[in-house]
Amino acid sequence: MVVWNKLKITVHTAETENYLYKNSFDVEGGNFNNAGAVSTQVKSILKNIGLPNNVIRKAAIACYESEINIVSYARQGVINLIVTPKTVEFDIADEGPGIPDIELAMEQGYSTADRQIREMGFGAGMGLYNIKCSSDIFNLTSEVDKGTFLKIIINIP
Amino acid sequence: MKLREVKEILDADVIVGAEKLEIEVKTAFGADLMSDVLAFAKSGSLLLTGLTNAQVIKTAAARNIAAIILVRGKQPSSEAINMAKELQIPILATKYILFETAGILYNKGIVGCLKKVESDSLYK
Amino acid sequence: MKLQEVKKILNAEVIVGEEKLDMEVKTAFGADLMSDVLAFAKAGSLLLTGLTNSQVIRIAHVMDIAAIILVRGKKPPTETINLAKEFKIPVLTTKYILFETAGRLYTKGIVGCLEQVEDHSAHG
Repeated sequence: MVVWNKLKITVHTAETENYLYKNSFDVEGGNFNNAGAVSTQVKSILKNIGLPNNVIRKAAIACYESEINIVSYARQGVINLIVTPKTVEFDIADEGPGIPDIELAMEQGYSTADRQIREMGFGAGMGLYNIKCSSDIFNLTSEVDKGTFLKIIINIP
Repeated sequence: MKLREVKEILDADVIVGAEKLEIEVKTAFGADLMSDVLAFAKSGSLLLTGLTNAQVIKTAAARNIAAIILVRGKQPSSEAINMAKELQIPILATKYILFETAGILYNKGIVGCLKKVESDSLYK
Repeated sequence: MKLQEVKKILNAEVIVGEEKLDMEVKTAFGADLMSDVLAFAKAGSLLLTGLTNSQVIRIAHVMDIAAIILVRGKKPPTETINLAKEFKIPVLTTKYILFETAGRLYTKGIVGCLEQVEDHSAHG
């Protein structure tokens, strides 16, 4: 698929050279029926690798909220998962409206969600905050009318 | 039970309505879905919720809610605080999760504003 | 407490998971906000909610929730039922509102999966 060029970017750290697992998952914007399917798959993968429950929990929260954000706001996106002996890393990118004011979007309770999103039980302005709290490294960048890129690292103790 | 006692047993902060702690409350409704609050909450009840936006205050006003108890350590948005002041609806904030908040109040005699949802309980 | 007893206390109907009523549960979390379930619910807990879409099942699966109790007389759509069967997550429905459901379970010894939300209790 042709997507915003940042979708192809994977930020390589020293750790990601020796990965245990690496995969890429497409997420379709607006498809609420499937929302959460990628996160469900990611959780099983992490469980099969045998990571500690606490790491799986944090990764599942971060991945799920990110997936919901793509479905809710973007046209399409991709979730890249890299597991190394010391980290679980996500490079998440979408093609969509972007976030004009990241600081505001990070505020608890701030949301631009519509009725459909709210009725699903999301859109209460907790998503990005949840992702940040679950991550050891959280790096969010965005370009208005292009898309959003999110780098998440969760350390494995 | 007076709202003051609710505040004490939930170890809650009063965000709006310190002058209204003498109001008497007997019933409660807990939900984060405002459409369910509109459908089922009853006049004079406490509303226990984790939603913090101005929509909560508007919904509470529409249903004549006595006071709002924000659960799970949530803090209301400034828009919600201003609207609550304007509409004179007390807001309290507790760190207890909704389940614990409900359990603690229930043990002290607060009951559900309706017990069961039957097919004819909508919007009554 | 066995799920069988939860069913009895709540006069609940079992929609999925009749074969799992012998499982043991001790804690619960109640919310209609899925972000709060992700942030605070703990593995092995009951999830009390008024939401019925398939997100509830996916999140319950991801968070290792023991069983879902739909409150306020809610009935899940077919898609939700099918997903619950696939993930083997019991779904019960009760006519009690969330406040009453929590109160009844609390009185019988079920506790919150965490009591209070402290600044860092989320995501731990």
